[in-house]
Amino acid sequence: MLLLAGTTISVFGQEVKEKTESEGKFDASTFILDHIADSHEWHILTKKNGDNVEIYLPVILYSKEKGLDIFSSKKLADGNEYKGYKIEEEGDLQGKIVSVNKEGTVDEKNLPLDLSMTKAVIGMLSAAIIGLLLFLSLSRSYRKSGISHPKGIQSFLEPVILFVRDDIAIPNLGHKYEKYMPYLLTAFFFILINNLMGLIPFPPPFGANVTGNIAVTFVMATCTFLITQFSGNKTYWKHIFAAPGVPFWLLPIMIPVEIIGLFSKPFALMIRLFANITAGHIIVLSLICLIFIFNSLSIAPVSILFVIFMDFLELLVAFLQAYIFTLLSALFISMAVQENH
Amino acid sequence: MILLANNLVTPGVGTIFWSVLIFILFLLILSKFAWKPILSAVKARDEMIKGSLESAAKAREEMLKLQSDNETILRKAREEREGILKEAREVRDKLISEAKGKATEEADKLIEKARTGIENEKLKALSEIHEQVATLSVDIASKLLGEKLKPSGKQAKLIDNYLKEIDFNKN
Repeated sequence: MLLLAGTTISVFGQEVKEKTESEGKFDASTFILDHIADSHEWHILTKKNGDNVEIYLPVILYSKEKGLDIFSSKKLADGNEYKGYKIEEEGDLQGKIVSVNKEGTVDEKNLPLDLSMTKAVIGMLSAAIIGLLLFLSLSRSYRKSGISHPKGIQSFLEPVILFVRDDIAIPNLGHKYEKYMPYLLTAFFFILINNLMGLIPFPPPFGANVTGNIAVTFVMATCTFLITQFSGNKTYWKHIFAAPGVPFWLLPIMIPVEIIGLFSKPFALMIRLFANITAGHIIVLSLICLIFIFNSLSIAPVSILFVIFMDFLELLVAFLQAYIFTLLSALFISMAVQENH
Repeated sequence: MILLANNLVTPGVGTIFWSVLIFILFLLILSKFAWKPILSAVKARDEMIKGSLESAAKAREEMLKLQSDNETILRKAREEREGILKEAREVRDKLISEAKGKATEEADKLIEKARTGIENEKLKALSEIHEQVATLSVDIASKLLGEKLKPSGKQAKLIDNYLKEIDFNKN
């Protein structure tokens, strides 16, 4: 944990120092949002002379006129133009890839479809690969040891799997839990691994803000939404379109409310995960920025202490958010599959 | 900053695309190759533990039942033994008392027989004595009277009368 906080401070600190020195002033909010937002390259450090050491990630673009283009984001570095594309540096579209006309102006109405493997995508992919390695080896050890007592990696992961089963799935879903276990387990560990990897600032692929990316939480919440709707039984739909005990003249009000309720539940899932993780990252980054805002080394111990504290808190939040997302998913599914009230 | 923040809460199409791809693949691969075997192994273990506990409880119950059965059998055997012993004692007592009774009866009978025998012998002896005495008396009388009395007729009758008056049992 100390190591985690230490790396966090040294990695970001050094970067901020170099940036400040090269640019002369320090803008904390830009710095923080730069780190939280997705990007086409993975920044490692900025040298004293202002050069950036970065991992350039693949850019994949599709537009009607030019078709599919795949190239390294190095071609677009420092505002360079390549194949009629460039990364917009300011304005509404800052950070996005835009098409450039022959005259050299940005075509704002005709944005290319950006399917690039950004920092968040690489982070997510790495988390998925780590998860696959972890659980495939776990399943292999189960196949090998049969039903004997858990040992090695099993004794570490089995309690978590049993926790998801006994404390999330079974209390909510009852005897129907088995059907939804794969999704609940996958969601839990996907979020958990991404949260934990996001806490570790260095080296890549750690430190990407994956679960704090609204697109990722949107996809996960949509999965829960779709599973909920597709497992909805007669009682569930009846409650939405003809809630028992509600007078018929109230239905024109109740039906829209219920339909909004359908969407607000996964929407809350999406926002909760996104906001919690993003907020945690913002706090840690802000605490580090304090050193540079005060421009004094004497604030560093305070900063470090707070960052250590926040990292502990974030570690808790990483587990907590994975738990809450899975628990609420199970709860929403259970509302759709329960027989009657 | 607000614009950047706005960017932050607008889901990017590319990220959505990759998230769907990665998450669905992750879900499918794990479901098939990890969760299924893991969950079934855990379930099998749970069931085995449950089954073992149940069978252990059943065995314990059976053992207790056997124990109580044994006890009842032992108690019954003890009771039976006691019953048999009691019966034997009764039979013995009865046999003894029967034997005793029979023996007494027999002895009484023997004594009775002996007594009647003695009585008969006595009567016989007495009648013999009667005769002897009669003869003797006649002899004595004839000697005394000088004439031989005939052991019949008037004299014999008279002697008999005299003799009857004498009670032999008196002495």
